[in-house]
Amino acid sequence: MQCQECGKRPATLHFTKIVNGEKAELHICESCAREKGELIPGTSSGFSIHNLLSGLLDFENPNPNPMAKPPAAKCETCGMTYTQFSKIGRFGCSHCYKQFSERLDPLLKRVHGNTVHVGKVPKRAGGRLKTKREIDRLKKEMQGRIEREDFETAAQLRDRIRELEKEMSG
Amino acid sequence: MTNRKFVKQALSQWMDGEGPDSEVVISSRVRIARNIRNMPFPLMADPTQSHSVMEQLLGVADSGRLNGLGQIEQIRLSELTELEKLVLVEKHLISPNLANESRNGALVLSPNEDISVMINEEDHLRIQCLCSGFQVHEAWDSASKIDDIFEEQVDYAFDEKHGYLTSCPTNVGTGIRVSVMMHLPALVMTGQINRILSAVTQVGLAVRGLYGEGSEATGNLFQVSNQITLGQSEQEIIENLFQVARQMIEHEKSARSKLISESRLRVEDRVRRSFGVLSQAMIMDSKEASQRLSDIRLGVHLGLLPEVDQTTLNELLVSTQPGFLQMTFGEAMGPEDRDRSRAELIRSRLATIS
Repeated sequence: MQCQECGKRPATLHFTKIVNGEKAELHICESCAREKGELIPGTSSGFSIHNLLSGLLDFENPNPNPMAKPPAAKCETCGMTYTQFSKIGRFGCSHCYKQFSERLDPLLKRVHGNTVHVGKVPKRAGGRLKTKREIDRLKKEMQGRIEREDFETAAQLRDRIRELEKEMSG
Repeated sequence: MTNRKFVKQALSQWMDGEGPDSEVVISSRVRIARNIRNMPFPLMADPTQSHSVMEQLLGVADSGRLNGLGQIEQIRLSELTELEKLVLVEKHLISPNLANESRNGALVLSPNEDISVMINEEDHLRIQCLCSGFQVHEAWDSASKIDDIFEEQVDYAFDEKHGYLTSCPTNVGTGIRVSVMMHLPALVMTGQINRILSAVTQVGLAVRGLYGEGSEATGNLFQVSNQITLGQSEQEIIENLFQVARQMIEHEKSARSKLISESRLRVEDRVRRSFGVLSQAMIMDSKEASQRLSDIRLGVHLGLLPEVDQTTLNELLVSTQPGFLQMTFGEAMGPEDRDRSRAELIRSRLATIS
C-alpha cells in the first residue's frame, strides 16, 4: 500500500479513527507521519510510536458506559496521571498497569490483538504461573486421552493435575 | 573521552559479512526489555533511584556471572563525549534514546560487540544480541541466556496476565523485538518492493530504515521487525518473522537472477558506474554514498565485482556515517566538510582494492 500523503513510499503506519461512529482511515509512511506530527498538538519534536499510542487513547469511545467504574486518575505508586500517560504513551512504573487496568485492555487488544502473555516466564518469580500452565497442558492432554479411550493414562494425568492443584492452593 | 576500540573501529565482528544468507541479510538482532520490580521506570525514576538501578545492574556484570562472554566492557554514559555516543549509535551498539535522553545510563558490552546491555534506557534493562547474516534463532538463544543470568540476581517486574511489564505498552508481554537488516536492491529495481513491504505490514511486522524507528530506508536497506509482543510466545514471534524474512530473501534472490539473466549489461553498467564514481568523486553526500554502495554490494553478490569484498562494504556502511567521519578525521565538521571527508575515505578504501 502506498502512502496517502506522498504517494511514493509504502505506508507503514495505519490509523483507524472512529469518532461518534464515523470511521476514518489513514495510511501513511513514517516520514510523512513525522511531518504531519508537526500538525498534531503536543508533538513538536516529531512523530513517534508514543504519539501514535496516545492517539489511540484519544480515539476512545467518547460515551463510556456510565456504569463502568471510572479509572484511577493517578497511579498511587509513581504519581503518573492518566492524562500524562495518554500524552506520552509510556507508563511510569509497573503498578500503572494495575492502576489503569480498565482502560489498558482495549488498548493492548488494539496494539497486540491480545491481552494475555503466553511467552517466557521468569524462573524465580514465575513459579505459580508455570504450574498453572502445566495444569492447562495436562488437562488438554487428558481430554485427548479420554477421546482416544486411553483411560489408564487419563487417570494418571488426572492424579498429577490434582497434585499440582493442591500445590498451588497450599 | 576514551580510546577503546568500540569507538575507534567501525566494524563489529557481527558485521563481518559472514553468516547464513549474508548476500541478503546483513545482520539479525534480538532485543529483550526488562524492568526491576517495585522500582519506577526510568521515565519517572528520581536520580537516586536511577543511580541505584544502574549500580544494581552493573553489579551483575561485576559479579562475574557474565564472564562467559569474555572481557566485558562497562561504560557509564557520563564517561563518553557526545561524539562517542553518536559513534555507538551508528554502530548499533546503543539506541539514540540511551545516547540522548537517559539519566544514569550505562552499557555493558561483550568483547566482540555482539551483546550489548543497555541500562536505564526506556526500560531499566535492554539486552540486545546481534548476529551476522540470517540467524534470528541464534540471536534469541544468546539474548535469552543473558536474560536468565540477570534474572538470577534481579527481581523482574512480571505479571501473570501481562507478562514482563515495560514502560511502553507496545513492548509488554515478552518484551522482545526481533529484527533483520536486509539489502533488497533487486526488489527495488524491479518495482516489487512496495507490494512486498505492504504484505509484510499486513502480518504484524514493521519495516523501517537502517537506524530503526523514524529512519528512512536508504541504500535499499530495510529493517523488518515484529510489532506484536503480547499473546504470542517468543518462539512464535521469532518463527513468524523467520518465515516472512525467508520468503523475502527468496524473492530478492530470484529477482537478482532475473536481473542478471535478462539485463546483465545494464546492471553491470550501473554497478561499474557507481564503482567509478565512488573511486573518483571528491564530494559525496550520505544519500548518494549509500545508494552507490548498495549498487556495489549488489555487484559483488552478482559476481560482477569480484575485487571488492563484503567486509569492506559493511565497514563503509558505518565509517561513512557523520559521527564516525568526525572520529576518523578528528575534528568537528559541517555537512560540506563531511561530504569531502566521506569522498576521501571511500576513495582510499576502494583504491586499496582496484
